[in-house]
Amino acid sequence: MSKKFLPLVLGAAMGVAATTAAGATTLEDVKAKGFIQCGVSQGLPGFSNPDSQGNWTGLDVDLCRAMAAAVFGDASAVKFTPLSAKERFTALQSGEIDVLSRNTTWTMSRDTQLGLNFAGVNYYDGQGFMVRKDLGVTSALELSGASVCTNTGTTTELNVADYFRANNMPYEIVAFEKADEVVAAYDAGRCDVYTTDASGLYAQRLKLTNPADHMVLPEIISKEPLGPVVRQGDDEWFNITKWTLNAMLNAEELGVTSENVDDMKSSDDPSVKRLLGVEGAFGEAIGLSNDWAYSIVKNVGNYEESFNANVGPDTPLGISRGVNALWNDGGFMYAPPVR
Amino acid sequence: MSVMEQDSAGAPARASLLYDPKVRSIFYQVLLVVVVVALGYVIVSNTITNLERQNIASGWGFLENTAGFGTNQSLVQYSETSSYGRALYVGFLNTLLVAAIGILFATILGFIIGIARLSNNWVINRLAYCYVELVRNIPLLLQIFFWYFAVLRSIPGKRDKWSIFDTVHLNIGGLRLPKPIWEPGAEWIGYAVIIGIAASFFVARWARKRQEDTGQQFPVFWTAMGLIVGVPIITYLVTGMPMTLEHPNFVETGPIMLRGFELNVGINVIPEFLALTAALSIYTASFIAEIVRAGIQAVNHGQTEAAHALGLRNGPTLRLVIIPQAMRVIIPPLTSQYLNLTKNSSLAVAIAYPDLVSMGGTVLNQTGQAIEIIGIWMAVYLSLSLITSAFMNWYNQRMALVER
Repeated sequence: MSKKFLPLVLGAAMGVAATTAAGATTLEDVKAKGFIQCGVSQGLPGFSNPDSQGNWTGLDVDLCRAMAAAVFGDASAVKFTPLSAKERFTALQSGEIDVLSRNTTWTMSRDTQLGLNFAGVNYYDGQGFMVRKDLGVTSALELSGASVCTNTGTTTELNVADYFRANNMPYEIVAFEKADEVVAAYDAGRCDVYTTDASGLYAQRLKLTNPADHMVLPEIISKEPLGPVVRQGDDEWFNITKWTLNAMLNAEELGVTSENVDDMKSSDDPSVKRLLGVEGAFGEAIGLSNDWAYSIVKNVGNYEESFNANVGPDTPLGISRGVNALWNDGGFMYAPPVR
Repeated sequence: MSVMEQDSAGAPARASLLYDPKVRSIFYQVLLVVVVVALGYVIVSNTITNLERQNIASGWGFLENTAGFGTNQSLVQYSETSSYGRALYVGFLNTLLVAAIGILFATILGFIIGIARLSNNWVINRLAYCYVELVRNIPLLLQIFFWYFAVLRSIPGKRDKWSIFDTVHLNIGGLRLPKPIWEPGAEWIGYAVIIGIAASFFVARWARKRQEDTGQQFPVFWTAMGLIVGVPIITYLVTGMPMTLEHPNFVETGPIMLRGFELNVGINVIPEFLALTAALSIYTASFIAEIVRAGIQAVNHGQTEAAHALGLRNGPTLRLVIIPQAMRVIIPPLTSQYLNLTKNSSLAVAIAYPDLVSMGGTVLNQTGQAIEIIGIWMAVYLSLSLITSAFMNWYNQRMALVER
């Protein structure tokens, strides 16, 4: 019944955009235009951030590049659309982008109510708090009475409300549209605390005047599985996204890297042969050529290479693998086999 | 015109209906309405079908669900357990607040600068000129950032403060003021204010009538001030001072996070509100100043000379002769500036002021109901603008020169 009220709402732009998106399958669209349109953040070091030459780099960016490699055999056949937290789902729903790879938390409501599908998890994150070291705070439970800076339109806003309420602590929330303003306000001392996903805290800390004066508190207050998102109802494209991520994880597990991938083609291991398309026709089954995974690893690398290059211990972010290690190495990363 | 109408009504239709201008015009108007309605129907039904095909939930049921997020300023009771509808209402009130206060300050400042622009004093004149040219040529968003970040960095931190007479305090957390707590009996003060305003109204009418009859003037302004301010103060004293002040509580010991001003004690005007109001008022005032200057210059110089010839000094000339005539020119563009200010207040989201767009954006992201939320935004801004516009048109009609 309530749907009858919709006519009152002017949804012209969305209606028109949605029609074009539903016309052909996403794969056909992508092949026709010759590149993948990938939705990323407005600048989150390590995940999606333009470098000094304006090239996008990061863990989330690599996923889009891997998809381009799988579809076109060319990791550069991808264009990036920077999106705010608020815009991201609408941009995907309306067909403005083909895939959203923007440190987006997989939640039930997003998966079920928005007409979207999460195609896996490329980073297991959790929400944390950053404070000034000179405050002498060592635990999040000492944050009673704090003012907290964060982004609007994210799960962090909800988590922080839940956490302070559950622990019966008063707080003041100051929520900004863009991450850069959050950092600037926190840096200016407007807030005692900056909260977002822990990976984001490490990344944004680099933008502060004196990164060394700030510390991330040990508490992780939420589960934030971050992953790529596609539109519901296009299983072919959903499979390509899902298996691009799985291919990067399987490649790491099987020891296939961008450097040895050509040698590995002649490996005796049947799992490697299937992954690299030497045996079987797995690529054709998802609408691509059989060397799809070879192309991913050759052009972008496996998950470990991408992780280490963008967020790993040797980068300014210095994040250790932790729960993002492979399942046989004590982490959560577990890709179904290519078989 | 009237001759033509008589003609067509009087003469019988000579040619076929096809050539009757009246029938033709009705036909085209009906056609236009049909096209518009059909277009609207196609757009709406297309949207609904597409939403259903993409499995996107729609409808207004989400407004009753629990919001789960907090805010740093709400004029009504609001907590994380309130509904999404309530959250939007909080945002709406915050928009109204910043627009109303912004319009007030922009008008006052704009009139002062506009008149200063016409001053014979070279320094005042040039200062006002520089103000206008500087402020109106810098984008508003940059000015908002300037007032927010530049000012944030120059005032004391959270565990420090600047105080005036130990009642008004300022630090990075905002401007802290004592909060009046009304006790039983305080309602009489409210009645006294209403009586004071009503009495001033009657005094003003009586004084105008007396001046028209006898030419004698009466100090209306000071009498009204006395009635509106004085009567409530007397009532306050007579009823036994039924109001106390809740002063902001500055804590200097204990856990570090609880030091500084205690949350929710006294009134806290958040810095986001201060910055946004300052930016909007100062920016819009520069346009209003030019409108005021144009309005005043539109009044023939002969009017000034005539007033001077009648023996009026500069002040009364401006107040009684020039401004009333200038208002006819000033009001219509002034209305546009008020509408602009209200709409520009949606830039609030850039600096964390929880206005309708900011709160709505969060609701949008939590629920994914993009079309509904954007519909609410558009409906609210449209109605606010139409109401402002209707009021200003009414005021314009009142101020218009009545030709006798």
